[in-house]
Amino acid sequence: MRSFTYEKAHSPAAAASAAVRTSNAKFIAGGTNLLDLMKLEIETPSHLIDVNGLGFDKIEPTPEGGLRIGALVRNTALAADERVRRDYGLLSRALLAGASGQLRNKATTAGNLLQRTRCPYFYDTNQPCNKRSPGSGCAAIGGITRQHAVIGASDACIATHPSDMAIAMRALDATVQTARPDGTTRNIPIADLHRLPGNTPHLETTLGAGELITSVTLPKPLGGTHVYRKVRDRASYAFALVSVGAIVQRDGTGRVAVGGIAHKPWRVEAAEAEMPRGAKAVAARLLDGAKPTRDNSFKLALVERTLAAVLTEAKG
Amino acid sequence: MKFDTPATTNPIDQLKIIGHATSRIDGPLKTTGKATYAYEWHDVGSRPAYGYIVGSAIAKGRIASIDLSRAKAAPGVMAIVTAENAGKLGKGNYNTAKLLGGPEIDHYHQAVAVVVAETFEQARAAAQLVQVSYSAAKGSFDLAAGRDGAAKPPGRGDNQPDTNVGDFPGAFAAAPVQLDATYTTPDQAHAMMEPHASMAAWDGDKLTLWTSNQMIAWTTGDVAKTLGLPKENVRLISPFIGGGFGGKLFLRSDAVLAALGARAANRPVKVAMQRPLMFNNTTHRPATIQRIRIGANRDGKITAIGHESWSGNLPEGRPETAVQQTRLLYAGENRMTALRLAMLDLPEGNAMRAPGEAPGMMALEIAMDEMAERLNLDPVEFRARNDTQVDPEHPGRPFSRRQLVACMKTGAERFGWSARNAEPGKRREGRWLVGMGMAAAFRNNLLMKSGARVRLDRSGTVTVETDMTDIGTGSYTIIAQTAAEMMGLPLEKVVVRLGDSSFPVSAGSGGQFGANNSTSGVYAACVKLREAVAQKLGFNSADVAFSDGQVSSGNRSVPLGQAASDSELIAEDSIEYGDLAKTHQQSTFGAHFVELGVDVATAEIRVRRMLAVCAAGRVLNPKTARSQVIGAMTMGVGAALMEELAVDKRTGFFVNHDLAGYEVPVHADIPHQDTIFLDETDPMSSPMKAKGIGELGLCGVAAALANAIYNATGIRVRDYPITLDKLLHRMPDA
Ligand SMILES: Cc1cc2nc3c(=O)[nH]c(=O)nc-3n(C[C@H](O)[C@H](O)[C@H](O)COP(=O)(O)OP(=O)(O)OC[C@H]3O[C@@H](n4cnc5c(N)ncnc54)[C@H](O)[C@@H]3O)c2cc1C
Ligand code: SF4
Repeated sequence: MRSFTYEKAHSPAAAASAAVRTSNAKFIAGGTNLLDLMKLEIETPSHLIDVNGLGFDKIEPTPEGGLRIGALVRNTALAADERVRRDYGLLSRALLAGASGQLRNKATTAGNLLQRTRCPYFYDTNQPCNKRSPGSGCAAIGGITRQHAVIGASDACIATHPSDMAIAMRALDATVQTARPDGTTRNIPIADLHRLPGNTPHLETTLGAGELITSVTLPKPLGGTHVYRKVRDRASYAFALVSVGAIVQRDGTGRVAVGGIAHKPWRVEAAEAEMPRGAKAVAARLLDGAKPTRDNSFKLALVERTLAAVLTEAKG
Repeated sequence: MKFDTPATTNPIDQLKIIGHATSRIDGPLKTTGKATYAYEWHDVGSRPAYGYIVGSAIAKGRIASIDLSRAKAAPGVMAIVTAENAGKLGKGNYNTAKLLGGPEIDHYHQAVAVVVAETFEQARAAAQLVQVSYSAAKGSFDLAAGRDGAAKPPGRGDNQPDTNVGDFPGAFAAAPVQLDATYTTPDQAHAMMEPHASMAAWDGDKLTLWTSNQMIAWTTGDVAKTLGLPKENVRLISPFIGGGFGGKLFLRSDAVLAALGARAANRPVKVAMQRPLMFNNTTHRPATIQRIRIGANRDGKITAIGHESWSGNLPEGRPETAVQQTRLLYAGENRMTALRLAMLDLPEGNAMRAPGEAPGMMALEIAMDEMAERLNLDPVEFRARNDTQVDPEHPGRPFSRRQLVACMKTGAERFGWSARNAEPGKRREGRWLVGMGMAAAFRNNLLMKSGARVRLDRSGTVTVETDMTDIGTGSYTIIAQTAAEMMGLPLEKVVVRLGDSSFPVSAGSGGQFGANNSTSGVYAACVKLREAVAQKLGFNSADVAFSDGQVSSGNRSVPLGQAASDSELIAEDSIEYGDLAKTHQQSTFGAHFVELGVDVATAEIRVRRMLAVCAAGRVLNPKTARSQVIGAMTMGVGAALMEELAVDKRTGFFVNHDLAGYEVPVHADIPHQDTIFLDETDPMSSPMKAKGIGELGLCGVAAALANAIYNATGIRVRDYPITLDKLLHRMPDA
């Protein structure tokens, strides 16, 4: 770990401008991802801006009938919130499927969205990795890729985004509110927050330099049955091989987002039109253009089968 | 004490303290954080500096150059040791690859430097500034590819690479029912909680190492050999060990680098191996490819049994002896086994809990299940029909005690085995396909010389000193129970001190030989102490009784402590074994039963309940014994379902080198476990009449799961771990 300087931010604007004032600065929230990466010198910020004191720890109703979730609301608090459990069960379930109790107590809403990949080569600084060190190559391609992406990947990177929470956020069409160093704020639809790797896998989101997430807003409840199914090798405390988040209405229409298969939460709105026709039809559209590796081609069948189970469960 | 005739009645048979479920006497120290693990000796070793290990970035080749200038200039750095400046280093008897690599590199993450700094953080930061440039060479990393070129390894004692009895090829060819199948087991990591860790302090040319090690005497010798010191100048202290599973049997780089770092920095130095290095720097259980052939008559009698195993290792490394159990477990007149060893440039393969039998039983016990099905026999019945009470290679040599059939029958009864549907894939409960599986458990019992010293003071307290270790197994407790039973004392009047090279040499912890041998050594020392006490108090030693803190004979009774009223009484002895292990085959037996569900949509496998029945000599402490067995069963679930070091065959390293990538079971994976110990004493094994238990519990578990998965789904997977992707394409429609 490199030595770094530290400050506690007192307002969102001050945090955002501090982040561009010092070169190579980073925000720190729960620190459950960032600190691990700093110890391995995968992240090497020279300055940390602690955003924990900014008061973004509330969950409030919006005039539109939705919920505004402060960027620093802990995963545990969010999953346990009565309104979330009642109206956005998918989110609560996805959160509880992630990490462990201890980690969720620390992990924040914004930090969770911005957590980095679990590609094992990304974690080993001896190995080439375009995401960690742009232009160095990708050690995963041709290597051990059971966990990796099957769709939307590139010749530069085949990593996945590991968040469970983000799958629910994507299915719920959340929006992300930010504060920028120039004092302006903006709304980013969750679909636009994460990028596909392309030739620049080190650029994972569309946030600008120093742009701070202040909250995440859920639109008004959609009703329907909410199911989150995470498939993994052990019963708990493992990242998803594949996860399926679905909201299914009584008439069989609904929404589906899939985790564990791409560089971002994977949702194809056109595929949802197939929902009344069943999992096979949805999966075919959802995975159109998939390019799995030999190690992870099982994920295609797994998505379809899991989705089928989810739809059956939703029917009750 | 020489143990060369079967044990007769002795004070242990009183079973006042031995045989009772007793909580670990070191438990409170651990739960209150007071147990001093290797990295936690805060009161000794003045102001230690910290070492951070730099691991090789290539698997094979040479270091072209190392530039230390930036690292040396970093804040707090006191010394950097590399092979270039370390001075001449020897190699220990027990490690294959050098513990400080360079200029030649033998495997990935082999240590190439240790950076010593004032604080841990400074050492870690400076370690990243060590600039090593390598010239990589081509290596061999793929066992399957190396299989054809694998060679016959040298034999060791009774462990010969090839065994042949009768006419295996002829009998197999003639058998009306045959199985010829190949199984694979992956490389596995010990993945213990406490990483390798050591603190070293020099006093002139004398070295003290506070470390985490299972085998004090082996390692003391190897420290001396590696550093070129006389053995007397090395002191090892290792009273608490946060798990080892065989990973800490040997000297490893943390200890060598702490010693070298301390010498270079002229300060005590602590080194804890970073978690990401734990998987490639250290040893692991090597992967195997195993071919098993079984031929039987239609009545279910095995006529031919053959087992071949291929594993890989670095030059001079040893094979995984995965055929070991097949030489002994089942009858059959025509038999063969063969071990072959491929040269691989992966990290060093070495012992992990139940080396040999653990991976061997993973394969053999699936084969037995497959064979039972071909014979249309219940798996329990098939095994029972092939029971043998003698070593099948040497029929003149009986087993000392062998209750395999009783284990299986008891287990079948208690588990409700008769409810199993022999036709696979037929039991469905909601989204689950449910199956049951069983396997035999088998592990040899090993006899090792073991010594102890016992001291009696005037308060009547007995202190036991032996270099035996407690790796979380309960050694402290069973040793205290042994001394208490022998000296007629309550447990509280016994103090146990372990893991110090200044104490008498014990068997150490490994190969499930720790409990039986170390307590037998304590027994021997206590016999001597009893004689000394009797003599001191003027008793005729033949008829004295030691109980309730009193020594008595006839109507005279004296408090034990009185024998030490003027000075401490000290007795030291060891147990040594005669020929009983040659005349009798000593092994431990059991049976594992598992019920599990396989999700019909995702093929996720979740265990529902498990049972192990063990017959392994006298159970010294039912609580610690159960703990060993359920821990082993948990490890078996890991082996069956998830544990695998993933080899990158291009560059030659284990890719999943942290505890997020190398999965072991979590609580949610283990819903319900039961254990039963059959009543057994084995007078051939030792005066304690006990045998090993710690590894038996692992042998066979994974196969029981594999067989249950087959029973649930009808899908036979012969390659571990059995992950959902190996089932999915053959699962029925949900
Ligand atoms: C052992 C382990 C297991 C895990 N298992 C799972 C799992 O199964 N499923 C899952 O989904 N996750 C899992 N996680 C990941 C966990 O969810 C994340 O570590 C956590 O959500 C990150 O939140 P944080 O607040 O600690 O982020 P931090 O570590 O503080 O920050 C993460 C990143 O977000 C940035 N950041 C933080 N706050 C802001 C903000 N307000 N604005 C802009 N940038 C910001 C930081 O600069 C940093 O780059 C696991 C983690 C661990 C360590
Ligand atoms: S897949 Fe992406 S993260 Fe993994 S090594 Fe390749 S570039 Fe790096």
